[in-house]
Amino acid sequence: MNTPAPPEPDHDSGPFWVALDEERIVLQRCAGCDRLRFPPIGRCPWCREPRSTWTPVDGRGRVYSWTVVHHAFEPAFADDVPYVVATVDLDDGPRIALRCAGVPDFGTRVSPAFVRHDGWTELRVVPDA
Amino acid sequence: MREVAVAGVGYTPFTRASGRPVLDLACDAALAACTDAGLDPALVDGVGTHSVGQDSEPAQAVATALASPGLRWVVDLAMAGQAPCHLVGLAADAIATGRAEAVLVFRALNGRSGAKVGSARFPGRGGPYRYPIGYGAYPMYIATWANRHLHETGQTTDDLGAVAVAHRRYAVLNDRAVVRTPLDLAGHRASPWVAEPFRVADCTREVDGACALLVTTLERARDLRRPPAVVAAAAYRAGPRPGLDLGDHVLTDDYTRNFTDLVRDELFRRAGVTPADVDVAELYDCFSSVVLMSLEGLGLCDRGAAGELVRSGALPVNTHGGLLGEGYLHGMNTVAEAVLQVQGRGGVRQSARHDVVVATSGALMDGSALVLTRDR
Ligand SMILES: [Zn+2]
Repeated sequence: MNTPAPPEPDHDSGPFWVALDEERIVLQRCAGCDRLRFPPIGRCPWCREPRSTWTPVDGRGRVYSWTVVHHAFEPAFADDVPYVVATVDLDDGPRIALRCAGVPDFGTRVSPAFVRHDGWTELRVVPDA
Repeated sequence: MREVAVAGVGYTPFTRASGRPVLDLACDAALAACTDAGLDPALVDGVGTHSVGQDSEPAQAVATALASPGLRWVVDLAMAGQAPCHLVGLAADAIATGRAEAVLVFRALNGRSGAKVGSARFPGRGGPYRYPIGYGAYPMYIATWANRHLHETGQTTDDLGAVAVAHRRYAVLNDRAVVRTPLDLAGHRASPWVAEPFRVADCTREVDGACALLVTTLERARDLRRPPAVVAAAAYRAGPRPGLDLGDHVLTDDYTRNFTDLVRDELFRRAGVTPADVDVAELYDCFSSVVLMSLEGLGLCDRGAAGELVRSGALPVNTHGGLLGEGYLHGMNTVAEAVLQVQGRGGVRQSARHDVVVATSGALMDGSALVLTRDR
């Protein structure tokens, strides 16, 4: 049984995790330069502006790179190997690393999928048909 | 400003289970470096080290256990494999400006029998998004970079194999190495996957052990037992948005160029040499791909030609067998091998030409590098 340790939502990450439970994706949009960013932090890493607004995104994007994980570094993932972690460039800008259903190629288009765990929801991606 | 040199190196054996406290390993390697140089340990007035999480002992503990009469300089870096060249650079700055005379730089850990850094959880703001989804170990992060790098440069896993095979050839000749069974390309291709494109043969082996360097003035080093390895230049570089923790790289744009691309020009300019002058390269290699990326980044070959350079054998690279073969002392042993090569003490692994040796510390967004030269 796959029972990874759940995330621990905090001041920065809380809205991200809460939205996933509702099958929505929200990211911080910088009030200074208008960029969306990930991971959530208290200042924009492009322009150091502290103000931002949580903004919905559709979670679609392209695969920049990926790895197929064959060795389970934690027992919680022993039943999952081999599995894919893809680095996805979202159409809305930010790059994010997510589990991917199936082995992609460079530039493969992907769409979001919401996977329920005990007490939290994981964002994954699925290659478009 | 005074000129600075590395005067000696010290090692403990590298093992799967030392059965000893890390402090004892650190002291043994530190004293071995003093003995190697022929310097009275009571003259050491600076100690520097680095650690990941709680895997080592602070510099003050080593000063205490070695009965130091007093320190004028101390550094404890919370840094992983980016640290060794940077520590030597910091020590060299202190010595050059008269703030220290003789500095021990060390890395010590029970990296195999104790906490393993490869799958360690790093504190910081990026980890909470990686660990719950099974993206939680260093081989995965660097594999993701390697996959894109091979793709963009037209290289393949056989180029990773070329690195693994060439490193193993040196490791077979190195009594200190922990992986000494011969390896050919067929053996590399048959090695089990860990995280594609990495096979077991592309990954360093975590070990218990310690390694130390003694850094002092060039003037003093000339009076000691070993030929001085002159610190011609040291440099550290990170680009924009180096991430929120050791494993956070989603804010980095380009996974096909690591810090060596950023550090190259300053490093060689300040050393007064060019990449064409490099006789030996000792490059941080927690995974085989980092050697390809660093050869290209340092300008030791064209982009995409690193695998071919390694196959050609035209440039001695990682003459100790690398971290892949000798074991994972987080690259302090990479710098120690650079010292031995400059000093001409590499034995059967010695490069015929060894006037200029470059060493690196680090794999991804940030890292440090050194140029060591013979005393001329
Ligand atoms: Zn901004």
